[in-house]
Amino acid sequence: MNAKQFRFVSGDRRVREDRRFVVGKGRFAADIAAPGMRHVALVTSPHPAARILAIDKIEALSVPGVHYVLDGRELAAATQPLLAGLDTPKVPRRPLAVDVARYAGEWVAAVVADTRALAEDAAELVRVHYEPLPFVLDGETAYAPGSPIVHVDHGSNVLIDRTFVWGEVEKDFAESPHHLSLRLRWGRSSTVPIETFAVLANWDPWRELLDVYASVQMPRFPEQVALALKLPGSAVRVHNDVDVGGSYGVKRGIKHAVLVGYLSRRLGFPVRLVEDRLENMRGGDGHGPERNFDIEVAFDDSGVIRSMKMRALDNVGAYAGRSPFQLGKPIGAIVGPYRINSVQYRAIAVTSNKTVQEAVRAFGQSPTNYAIERAIEEVARHRGLDRLEVRRRNLIRAEQFPYLIPSGTTYDSGDYHAVIDKVIARANYAGLLAERDRLRRQGLLAGIGIAACLEPSGANSTFEPLLNPKNETTTYSDSCRINVDLSGAVTATIHTLSAGQGHETLVATVIGEVLEIDPDRIRVVRPDSLSSLPSQSPVGSRMAIMLGGAAFHAAQKLKARLLAIAAHDLKIPLERATYDAGHVFDRVALQNRRSWAELVTIAHRHFHRLPPGTEPGLAFTHVMQVPTGGQLPTADGRVQMYPCFAFEFHLLLIAIDPDLGNPEIKHYFVGHDCGTVINPKIVRGMTMGGIAHGIGAALYEEFAYDAQGQLLAQSLMDYLLPSAHEVPPVDIVHHVTPSPHTVFGQKGSGESGYLGAPAAIASAVNDAVSPLGIVVNSLPIKMAQLADLIAAARDKSKARP
Amino acid sequence: MRVELTVNGETRAVEVEPRISLLDCLRERLLLTGAHAGCEHGVCGACTVLVDGAPVRSCLMFAVQADGYAITTIEGVAPGPGELSPIQDAFCETHGMQCGYCTPAMILAAHALLADNPAPTREQIVDAISANICRCTGYAQIVEAIALAAERMRGLNQPVCRP
Repeated sequence: MNAKQFRFVSGDRRVREDRRFVVGKGRFAADIAAPGMRHVALVTSPHPAARILAIDKIEALSVPGVHYVLDGRELAAATQPLLAGLDTPKVPRRPLAVDVARYAGEWVAAVVADTRALAEDAAELVRVHYEPLPFVLDGETAYAPGSPIVHVDHGSNVLIDRTFVWGEVEKDFAESPHHLSLRLRWGRSSTVPIETFAVLANWDPWRELLDVYASVQMPRFPEQVALALKLPGSAVRVHNDVDVGGSYGVKRGIKHAVLVGYLSRRLGFPVRLVEDRLENMRGGDGHGPERNFDIEVAFDDSGVIRSMKMRALDNVGAYAGRSPFQLGKPIGAIVGPYRINSVQYRAIAVTSNKTVQEAVRAFGQSPTNYAIERAIEEVARHRGLDRLEVRRRNLIRAEQFPYLIPSGTTYDSGDYHAVIDKVIARANYAGLLAERDRLRRQGLLAGIGIAACLEPSGANSTFEPLLNPKNETTTYSDSCRINVDLSGAVTATIHTLSAGQGHETLVATVIGEVLEIDPDRIRVVRPDSLSSLPSQSPVGSRMAIMLGGAAFHAAQKLKARLLAIAAHDLKIPLERATYDAGHVFDRVALQNRRSWAELVTIAHRHFHRLPPGTEPGLAFTHVMQVPTGGQLPTADGRVQMYPCFAFEFHLLLIAIDPDLGNPEIKHYFVGHDCGTVINPKIVRGMTMGGIAHGIGAALYEEFAYDAQGQLLAQSLMDYLLPSAHEVPPVDIVHHVTPSPHTVFGQKGSGESGYLGAPAAIASAVNDAVSPLGIVVNSLPIKMAQLADLIAAARDKSKARP
Repeated sequence: MRVELTVNGETRAVEVEPRISLLDCLRERLLLTGAHAGCEHGVCGACTVLVDGAPVRSCLMFAVQADGYAITTIEGVAPGPGELSPIQDAFCETHGMQCGYCTPAMILAAHALLADNPAPTREQIVDAISANICRCTGYAQIVEAIALAAERMRGLNQPVCRP
């Protein structure tokens, strides 16, 4: 399949959502107000660990305009703990701390007042008496015996510690002439959307219905809120027609929604919580993976890797949600794009007295890709070989697809060598090397960064049964409904919120493609959760595959119905009926035809002309199962994790001032193969945004803590998001290897760029500082740290006799 | 206290607490929700509005300080219902956004730039939006949108000169 076969798919079409955003008519959660609405501000723990002895609310409640102060005990008595991913019942997570606070910034009480400003004033008047407790911040320390325990009833800080062995690891190691090991650190950062989390809840006691407007990206959000509030699912109505101001994984918001949902029921008026930036960064539970890797690889003289052992320890913070699953997803691409014969993988998640970790773009795959890429580079260094050549020798070859990796996942398709060759040609690699060497002669530290990484896409939540034996999830559906009304207009549905991924454009393009009608004529709406079909929300780069697939199949059902109606009405065999841009004609007598308008009228009005047994109207739904999904993992932890695997190859040149340590990206190229591209503008934007985020994670962004357990990055002045100055122009080189598993050959691209940029930048920095004998095995690589390393290395070389 | 704000050419009197920010006043009192709160400490730029044509962070300005100035918000940019300004249209053409949260501020920053400099270089465009953080796009399609808008606006109402 190639782009020429399509009318609208792959066309450089505008993104329909954009029109409302450019005029300021997006509808974000904080834009929505309800009459009589009151506002919440949070009282937070100043201690990383403390017993809550008493909460004195009197003074706060005496302020005019203050309605209520809610504490954790009251909320806990009325609600269920929030759903956890792993089987860890003794690590309960609730919106407000109950008796013990477990990180600095944790919500201890919620103040409700007429305005947010009044609520903030009153929050300062809530007197909480604490008894500080021992705390632990570092993941390895939390794992070691003798550490303070974050959840005493759980008995340790270990949420999961499981070792998988896929293949003959020990044999492969014994038979390989060379081994090396390295320890890597992926620092705690996150996606940090510009919109903080916002939610409005409005309980109607007569209808017994809770309306929720939230800036959310969370699978099964309505059900989870209902479960925690002890309400039937049908009593929680989440509005999907709310624009989300960025998420990239973190807008989970269960605790926020449960908190305001309870308050609205308790108090009898609408309640809104819009986090300020401090609440968001300390207690919004949106931090990303903080991971240590210990890697060993076994390889031969030519740098071909035979086997790998990886230990990943993730510090998930004070409570467990879905975040430990971020150790599970990478199992589906544990060897990256390489032919590694056997793997041992040890996945450890520990609690600590830090802010809770949530899902972040790539769901753990980006750190794992960084680890694999660092290992490859060390193998090249060990053998004295070219880094690019070692990658080429290890990459899966185009003719080997579909390719089964040791952990049980089969990669769908790819041509990694072709993508790399294209990038090398576009970048003029020899010229790039010459420019690096010229910069070095000018006294700069200059390096070339390389990364070859996979983007698993089409999220299938198979890591749930893999890491939690009580969970037997084998489907992760998404859906679309198409209705053709009596006027002949087409309306399609999306059953989740979106955070900038252009899903309305996706659905319209796909349906337009199938029906051969202008996508701009197709209305796309978002029914509320009670009117919706199953959706798991846009996670894991799944919507091009899953929502696009559901829209495709629903449109095919509609098309099949139009053909059947026309054939019946024309009194011809179905095989002779031919569909053409909404009309149907008889292939052997072209003048015999039924127009779109006629077919719509028959379907809606002329039951006597419908084929027997046909439902009137033209309404079609499709609930889509994930391609290749449906199987539980084997006992030794082999599983088909995701269906599709996109590939990206990064190549960049960086220059570092040796005195200041400030990196400047001189050139950046990326080769990207996500199969058939449905909308080039959207895919390009995703890739560019992912690279920008990766630059941040590699060079600038970190939720650092001091030794007292206080978060140091409490504002956007401390947590540095890349601005237009820090993100260079990027030359994207496209390649299309269609996936055999999807309707147009598309793969996911929602996390593209971010999958490889951190690894590529780490590679560039290491190449740049290698003449000084420095190796950096930790991200982020901050300017000050780099300057110190360079200065120390220069002092050492000067001191040498 | 009472303050008179001239917003998008219309003068409106509002009774406000002295401590209310211009951003909160625009959003909550005048129901102009196109300006967004991102950090509320002057870093992200999502709350940018034009004050006498210059981009200003409305989270760092009190409503009472804005008395007497001409304020332009994103709601004042489109020429008419269903229509787009050349800059807004250029952002649609290049898809210079994703989630749309920083977009109104970016467009106002672009308006301020192009009002002063009809033919900006890439560096000047980058400079002009460097105080506005976008987390979605990596900026490339935003920079292209502004360059495209500049090119198109230079072509408007200009005599055609050929050598």
